[in-house]
Formats: sequence, C-alpha cells, structure tokens
Amino acid sequence: MQQETYNYRVVRQFAVMTVVWGIVGMLVGVIIAAQLAFPTLTDGISWLSYGRLRPLHTNAVIFAFGGSALFATSYYVVQRTCQARLFGGPLVGFTFWGWQLIIVLAAVTLPLGITSGKEYAELEWPIDILIAVVWVCYAVVFFGTIVKRKVSHIYVANWFYGAFILTVALLHIVNSMVIPVTPTKAYSLYPGAIDAMVQWWYGHNAVGFFLTAGFLGMMYYFVPKQAGRPVYSYRLSVVHFWALISTYMWAGPHHLHYTALPDWAQSVGMLFSLILLAPSWGGMINGIMTLSGAWHKLRTDPILKFLIVSLSFYGMSTFEGPMMSIKTVNALSHYTDWTIGHVHSGALGWVAMVSVGAIYFLLPKLFGRPAMYSTRLVETHFWIATIGVVLYIASMWIAGVMQGLMWRAVNADGTLTYAFIESVERTYPYYYVRLLGGLLFLGGMFLMAFNMVKTMAGAQSADDAIHAPAAH
Amino acid sequence: MPEWLEWLTDMQYTKPVALVIFFVTFVGILIYVFTGKKRGKRLESYKDIPFLDDDQETKVSEKDSKDG
Repeated sequence: MQQETYNYRVVRQFAVMTVVWGIVGMLVGVIIAAQLAFPTLTDGISWLSYGRLRPLHTNAVIFAFGGSALFATSYYVVQRTCQARLFGGPLVGFTFWGWQLIIVLAAVTLPLGITSGKEYAELEWPIDILIAVVWVCYAVVFFGTIVKRKVSHIYVANWFYGAFILTVALLHIVNSMVIPVTPTKAYSLYPGAIDAMVQWWYGHNAVGFFLTAGFLGMMYYFVPKQAGRPVYSYRLSVVHFWALISTYMWAGPHHLHYTALPDWAQSVGMLFSLILLAPSWGGMINGIMTLSGAWHKLRTDPILKFLIVSLSFYGMSTFEGPMMSIKTVNALSHYTDWTIGHVHSGALGWVAMVSVGAIYFLLPKLFGRPAMYSTRLVETHFWIATIGVVLYIASMWIAGVMQGLMWRAVNADGTLTYAFIESVERTYPYYYVRLLGGLLFLGGMFLMAFNMVKTMAGAQSADDAIHAPAAH
Repeated sequence: MPEWLEWLTDMQYTKPVALVIFFVTFVGILIYVFTGKKRGKRLESYKDIPFLDDDQETKVSEKDSKDG
C-alpha cells in the first residue's frame, strides 16, 4: 500500500542550492574584498567592477543563499510540525524553479549594470514582478499547509516563518512601486526624502524579517531538535515573537540619521532600535538556554556548535545594532567600515552559521543517511568559519572606528587633520585581514559542499511517512 | 475630516496615543502569557510539538510514495 509522505523533494532541492548559492555569493564577496585590497585587480572589465559585483554579492548571499535556506527549512518545518504534506501540488515546484530563475536573472542583469539603484532591491521591475508572483505562491503553499495541519496548535517556528513571508511580500511590493520607462528601466513612484524613507523601511525590515524572523523560525525548530530537548520557555517565545515583529517595523529611519528626513522620524528610528535589544536578547537567551543541563553536547556535536555560536553572534550584533542607531554613535560609525563589520557579524555569524547548522541537520535525513559523510569535516568547517568571521568583523571594527576618528579630526584652526586618502591608506592592512577572513569562511563552504556530495553519493532519496498525530 | 480624526492625526496627539496602544497591548500579552497556571502549563506543552513524531519515522523511497 502506498503511504502518504512529506514532500522532501523540494526541501532537498532548496537545501542543495543553499550550499551552491552560498559558495557563489561568498566567492563574489571574496572577489570584491580582494578588489578593495588590490584596487587594480579587475581594471578595465566593466562587468567585474566593484559597483556591479557588490549588488550581485548582496543579492546572492541574501536572496539566493539565505532565501534557499529559508525555503528549504520552512517547507521542512511546516510539514513536520503540522504533520501534513505541503499544500499546493505543482505550486511547490514552481516556487523552486521560479526562485532559481530569479537568481539567474539577477546574476545576468546586475553585472550588466541593469539596476534600480535601490540597496538590496536592485533588480529591475520585470524581475520584481516575478519575485512577487513566486512569493505569493510561497505564501499559498506555506499557509495552505498550516490550514490543513493535523496538529491543532501552530508551533512558534511557523509564526516566525509566517511573519517573514507576509512582511517580505508587503515590503517588496510597496518598495518596488515604479513607473516603467523601458523593459530595463523604471523610476520610483516616491519623491525625494519619501523615497529614501520607503527604501530604508524596506531595507531595515529586509534585515528584520528576511534575515531575522525567518532565521529565528529556523532556530526555534533546529536548536531543540539538534539538542534533543524542547525550547527553554515557550511562553518567552510568544512574547519574543510579538515584541520583535511589532518593534522592527519602526527602526528603519536609523539608516537616515543626519539626512533630509524629519528629525522626529530619525528619533523614532533610534528609539525603536534601542527597544529592539530586549526582544532580540529574549530570543537569544531562549535559544541558548535550551541547552541548559546539556552543555556537554557542545563538546562533541559540531552541528550544535554552529547553531549555538550563531545565537551568540546574533546576540552580539543585536546589541551592536541598537548602539549604532544612537545618533551620536552613528555620527562616528556611519559610512565607515564599522557598518560592514556589523552587517557581517549578523550575516556570517548569525544567518550563515544557523543556516549551515540547519542544512547539516537536514541533509542526512533528506538522503536517508544516519549522519553526514564526515562529522570531522563538519567540525573543521565550524572552526574555519568561526575564525573567518572573527577576523572579518574585528578588522572592520578597528578600520571603521579609525576611519570615523580620522574623518572628524580637526586642527586648532578648524581645518581637517587628515585628507580622505590618508584614511584609505591606513585601512589597507585591515582590508587584507578581512580578505583572509572571507577566504576562510568561503573555504568552509567548499568543505561543506564536499561533505554534502559525499553524503548524497549513492543515496536514495527518501521521504518520511506521515503518521497519525499524537495529542496537541 | 471629522473632528476626532483631525485630533488623532495631529502628531502631538498621535504619538502618545500610539505609545499607549503599544504599551497596553504589550502588557496585555505579558499578562496573558505569564498568568494562569493552567494556561501556562498548556502553553509550555506546545514546546514538545517538534518531537511528536520522532519515534515514528518510517522512510519511504521517493518513487514508492503516494505523491512523490
């Protein structure tokens, strides 16, 4: 008799592409880090210029690598916690192929210089429409599965995934409102400072909902599963959810301190950013304390190391973010490499490491293996990645503070102490260290790819059968 | 515009009203979540959902699955 199973095919597809796009996105990141250390590296090749590759890097790591990880894990988690097969039939496959098409279109158009110029939303309007269509299908699949669930309560991880899906749809559609002029060019519907505010309402909530809420959903499932014990406090997770989603929405204006944006809006952004510290740390503590009484597992389980260290980086960057949103601190940090360090403590330390941990958890299950091909390689990956992140962010912190101090230094007569080029010259050593950190992190991803291929080799794709649910 | 809406959309009133709404809602959630022994027990029982089907895992090859 044929038995109904979970749909693991799409989870497998997205899980494998997470590793592939992780390598591609981080490789482009390493190339642009090398360009900053060696500025003449790709002279004369327009499509390899820094201005073209930088948005390719951000799009590839956020939407291709991070997006694939979110699709893979959300599809797995929603099925397992609802004990129901994914809703939507062919729509499920469409979300995979549609998302891959969008990534390929981005990889072609951005190096060609086709861009809207909006940070993290550079893709031109025809691709934006495709994103909206795929995203709506994603929402139908996800919420359709929730509707047909066989477990009465909706587990908290799904709340975070659900908020991420709904909010990203809202952000993307509102921020992408344009007047098309040609198939590859359009102009924003919003004027001046309003355009800037809409852009950073989008930009900061891309961080808050794409890079935080979705990955917190990941954390609330994979940390307890890998630790073999339930989350520390379910009640705290409920407060964490509502506090986080209601606060993040208002923090965007801190990207526009000391600009034409009204001063009160800047202050609102600063204040809500400071408030954000509380729910962020509540979530981090909830995740880390899940290991309470089982800390010894960290000694032997490299996947758990990835997950728990990612939470430590999450705590660190969500402390740093509110501090940097304070206007007087921002006056020093803004436009410097401190911001780059902050972003990467979140992007590499939190987002990439929690994704890597979750994918390591999933791969053996998706390919019917008892464990990854080599646990020792996972351990090596963990240490290489951790050292890489630390080198990256420490070098950028030092470089950023140095730049900020040099730019604001004035002589007794009011003239600037340093020319801008002097601050660039002094930054070079830190650019070399950053490049080394990036290379280490990328090297870890290659190890992961090797381990993944070996785990998949000869394996038969296997799906878990859906059983009658227990009480709940 | 009705008078009450005019009052509400005046920024000097909008801001404190928004603050009160946020604060009251947040306190309401805290009270709901952390009071009531039975409710607390029920909420905490949901943390076991990821482990409900752990001991029932049966692998089915993709080609043999019903919808595979």
